[in-house]
Amino acid sequence: MPDLLLELRSEEIPARMQRRAAEDLRQRVTDALVERGFLYEGARAFSTPRRLALHIAGLPARGEAVREERRGPRVGAPEAAVQGFLKGAGLTSLDQAKTITDPKKGEFYLAVIERPGRETLDVLAEILPEILKSFPWPKSMRWGAASAEPGALRWVRPLQSIVATFGPETETPEVVPFAVGGIAAGTVTYGHRFLAPEAIEVRRFDDYIQALERAKVILDPERRKDVILHDARDLAFAQNLDLVEDEGLLEEVAGLVEWPVVLMGSFDASFLDIPAEAIRATIRANQKCFVLRKSGSEDLAPAFILVSNLLASDGGLAITAGNERVVRARLSDAKFFWDTDRAVALDDRLPKLDSIVFHEKLGTQGERIARIAALATELAPRVGADPDLAERAARLAKADLVTEMVGEFPELQGLMGRKYAALQGEHPSVCAALEEHYKPVGPSDRVPTDPVSIAVALADKLDTLVGFWAIDEKPTGSKDPFALRRAALGVIRLILDRELRLCIQDVSANQVKYVQYLTDAPGMYDEVVLSPGHKQRSVKGSVCEQISASLLAFFADRLKVYLRDQGARHDLIDAVFALPGQDDLLMVVRRVEALGAFLDTEDGKNLLAGYKRAANILRIEEKKDGRAYDAEPDAALAAAGEPAERALAEALAKARETASAAVAREDFSGAMQALSTLRAPVDAFFQDVTVNAPDPKLRENRLFLLNALRAATREVAEFAKIEG
Amino acid sequence: MSQKKSFQGLILTLQQFWAAQGCVILQPYDMEVGAGTFHPATTLRALGPKPWKAAYVQPSRRPKDGRYGENPNRLQHYYQFQVILKPNPPNLQELYLASLAAIGVDLKLHDIRFVEDDWESPTLGAWGLGWECWCDGMEVSQFTYFQQVAGFECAPVAGELTYGLERLAMYVQGVENVYDLDFNGAEGPDRVTYGDVFLQAEQEYSRHNFEAADTAMLFRQFTDAEAACRTYLDAGAPASDDARHRMAQPAYDQCIKASHVFNLLDARGVISVTERQSYILRVRDLAKACGAAWLRTAAGGA
Repeated sequence: MPDLLLELRSEEIPARMQRRAAEDLRQRVTDALVERGFLYEGARAFSTPRRLALHIAGLPARGEAVREERRGPRVGAPEAAVQGFLKGAGLTSLDQAKTITDPKKGEFYLAVIERPGRETLDVLAEILPEILKSFPWPKSMRWGAASAEPGALRWVRPLQSIVATFGPETETPEVVPFAVGGIAAGTVTYGHRFLAPEAIEVRRFDDYIQALERAKVILDPERRKDVILHDARDLAFAQNLDLVEDEGLLEEVAGLVEWPVVLMGSFDASFLDIPAEAIRATIRANQKCFVLRKSGSEDLAPAFILVSNLLASDGGLAITAGNERVVRARLSDAKFFWDTDRAVALDDRLPKLDSIVFHEKLGTQGERIARIAALATELAPRVGADPDLAERAARLAKADLVTEMVGEFPELQGLMGRKYAALQGEHPSVCAALEEHYKPVGPSDRVPTDPVSIAVALADKLDTLVGFWAIDEKPTGSKDPFALRRAALGVIRLILDRELRLCIQDVSANQVKYVQYLTDAPGMYDEVVLSPGHKQRSVKGSVCEQISASLLAFFADRLKVYLRDQGARHDLIDAVFALPGQDDLLMVVRRVEALGAFLDTEDGKNLLAGYKRAANILRIEEKKDGRAYDAEPDAALAAAGEPAERALAEALAKARETASAAVAREDFSGAMQALSTLRAPVDAFFQDVTVNAPDPKLRENRLFLLNALRAATREVAEFAKIEG
Repeated sequence: MSQKKSFQGLILTLQQFWAAQGCVILQPYDMEVGAGTFHPATTLRALGPKPWKAAYVQPSRRPKDGRYGENPNRLQHYYQFQVILKPNPPNLQELYLASLAAIGVDLKLHDIRFVEDDWESPTLGAWGLGWECWCDGMEVSQFTYFQQVAGFECAPVAGELTYGLERLAMYVQGVENVYDLDFNGAEGPDRVTYGDVFLQAEQEYSRHNFEAADTAMLFRQFTDAEAACRTYLDAGAPASDDARHRMAQPAYDQCIKASHVFNLLDARGVISVTERQSYILRVRDLAKACGAAWLRTAAGGA
C-alpha cells in the first residue's frame, strides 16, 4: 500500500515547539484522512530545528466507493415532492430512480447514489494546504514580499520548501499537487546547513531518512537525544567525571542541532566557590550546556559538556575555546553576584521590598511579607514551631528576591536566601524555611518537615489565596495566572502529609483583615476613628466570612481533585463536605477514608441500600402529604408496635448516640461501626413492617423512624450524596 | 592585527558587504537612542508598503548598563550595526551567514546557531519573531522579522539584523576585555585601543547617569518632549482626508528624546515600579501617533 512522505522545511523552529508541532501535524493529517474514510497502517512524525516530517504508511491508493440509497416519495406523489427528491439525490429524471414496494404503504421511488472512491492523492492535495494554513503554532509570523497581502501564509518562521510524495514502494511516488504561500510541494530538500548544503532529491520515506543522514541530519529527535546522552556520558567517563543528567536540557539541546557533536570544555577551578546551583543555572540557562560532577561525588567538576551542530575541521577546538570563553564570562558575572550579595545582610535588603509592587491591589512585597509574618507567627504554635523563628523566617523569606543572583536566575529563589542566611548565622530552621517555604510546588514535590518551614509555607500560600480572593482574582477555567490552584494544593498537601489541624475558614477569615488593599466596593469596610483626623478602616466581618466561605469551597474543590487523583471517590468527598462546618481538611479526609472503608463492607453496602430506600419513601410521602416528617419518633408507640419496629427504634437511638460520641472523639471508624449495627434492624424493618399503615398515627411514627435513620447517618456523612 | 580585524575594519567590511546587497549606507542618527531600531531608517521605514534597504552603525546608549569602565563586557554606550531589508529577501539567513564569513568567521570552524528569541519593544509598540545568533555559544547578533511597529502591522515584513559590534570584534580578535579591542589596526605608537577612545567616557557617563544627571531637568524634558511631539503632529496634520502629514519625522525626534530621557531617569532610580509602566506607555503612545503620521507621508506610502 502506498505511503505519504511530507516534509515542511523552514528556518529554525524554536526548540520548545518542535515536538508538539510534529505531534500536531501527525494528528491533524491523520484525523483529516480518517474523517474522509481513509484508514492507514501507521503514522510517525519527526522534527529537527529546520523541519517537520510526517510519514504515513499503508494508505489506500484511492478511497472506497460509497453507495447510498435514498428513499423518495410515493409513486404518483405531487410534482413538487418528486422534483425535490430528484434534486436532493442529484438525478435528472425519474428514469434514474428505482421503485420499491412497501407492503403497507405501496410503491415508492428509491434513488441509488453511487460515488466512486476518490484518489488519495487528490484528497491529500485538498487537506494538506488547509492544515498548513491553520497550523496551531503557539506564535506564528508572516514574511517576505507575500506578507504585503492580507491573508498571507503564517508559519513559525519562514517556510522554505515542502516535500510531499505519495505512492507505493515499487513505483516512483507522485508529488502531491498543492502549493501554499507560493511554495509548491516537490521532491527537493536540503541537508545540514553547513555540512551538506547541496540539494537532495527524495522519493519516499526510506530513502529520505537515509539521504538526510548522509547529509548530516538525524531526523528523529529521540535518536539525537540518545547520541547526545551517550557521547556526553562517554566523554565524562573518560575524564573520570559524571554527567549531571538533565532531561529538560537534553530535550532542548536536541532541538537546537541537526547533527549533534558533543564536546567538553573546562573552566577555572576557582569558580567552584560559587554555589553549585548557580553554576549549573548559568551554564544551563545561558549556554545550554551540561555540568559535570567528580566521579562518585556530589561536587561539581570545573568542566562542562557542550553540544555543537558542527563537525568542525579542527575537531572542535575553536568551538570549545569559544564556549569556554563565554562560560568564563558568565561565571565571572555569577561570581560577582555571589560576592556582591554576600556583602549585604538580608535584613538590609528588606527596605527595598517596600518599593516593589507585589500586585497593584495587594500592595508591595514589604506589605505582603508583614502579612505572611503575622500569619506565620500565629500558625507556629499549631504546627509545633517556635513563633519567633517562624516570624524571623517569614521576614527574611523574600529578601533574596532583590539579590543580584536571584535577579539573574529567578529559579534560584529560596535557595540563595538559604545560603545567604546560613552565611549570616541564622538559625538552621530559619535557613531551611527560606528555601522550603515555597514547597511543595507540585503534586510530586517534597513536603517540608521542619515546623518553621511548615508555618511559613502555610502562611505564604494562605496569604496569597486570601489576598487574591479578597480582590476577586479567582482562577477561572484554564486561567490561573497567579497559580492559586497550586497554592491550594500546597496547603492541602502540607496539612495531610504533616497531619495538621487547621480550620481553613477561621484562618482565612482572620487573614482577610490584614489585606489593606481590597477593592473599594461600598460596604466593604468599617471605619474606625483612632484619633481625631486619623481614621483606619477594617474589613467588615460579614465580608470576611463571605470571602472565607468562598475560599473554603475552593479548597473543597481542590481537595476533591487531589483525592480523586489518589483514587478516592469524589461522591464520598461531597458526602462529607455536605455536612456543616467541614473546614478541617485532615478530618474531612479521615472521615472520607472511614466512610470508604465502611461502604466496602457488606454491612455498609446494605445500610446504604436501606438508607436509599428510607430516603425514597420519605421523599414520596413528604411530597404526597405536603409536610416534612422530621420529628423524633415516639419511642412508646414504636415499642408497642411490631417487633422489628421496636428493634429499629432501639437500635437507632443507641447507634446515633454511639456514632455521635465517636465523631466527637474523631473516631470515624468507631462511628461507622456504630452505624453498621443498624444493618440488621433496618433490613428486618423493611422485611416485616408496612410503613404506610392504615392507622395514620402508626404511619406517621414509622416515617419518623425512617427519618431517624436519615439523621443517624448524618452523624458521619450526607448519604444522599453517595452514589450507588 | 590586520586592518580587517580591527574594530573599524569590522565596520568597514560590514558596510561594504551590505552596500553590495543594495543597501543605502547611512550614518548614525544624530540623537541619543537606546538601540539601532530607534533610528527612523528602521522604525519609520519599516512601516508602509515601499521597499527599503539600509545599513548603518548606530551608537546606542543604555544608561543603566554603565559600570564605570570596570566591567569587561558592559557599556552604557556601544555600537550596533543595523541592517534593515523590506521586504525581507528569501535568503536573509544566507546573507547574514555570508556577512559573518566576510568579517572573518570561518563557518567550517565555528558553530553558528539560530536560537529562539522573540523581540519586543514596549516603548515602540513593536514586536517580531526571530533569533539570537550564536557563534560558539556567544550571542553576536539579533535577527528579527518585524511583525508590528508603532502598533501597525508590517506589510510587507522587514528583516532586521543587529550586530553587537563590540562583542563581535572581541570574538574576531580573541579579546576578553572590551577595552583591549584593537580599534584601528595600526602598530606601535599609532595603535589605538577601544579603551583609549572610550574608557574615560564610560567612567564619566556612569557618574553622570547614576549620580549627577539633573532629574528635575529630565522630568521637565520628558514632559516638554511629549508635548512638543503632540504639537508637531497637530501642526503637520493633514488638512483633508486625502492630504499628507507634513511633520512626522520632527515629531518622531521628540518621541526618541522622551524615550532616552526616560532611560536616564530610570538609571537614576527615580521612577518607581508602577510609574515605570506608565512612562513606557506614554512613549508608546507617541510612537504610535508618529507611526500613524508617517503612514500618511509619501515615504510611508500615502
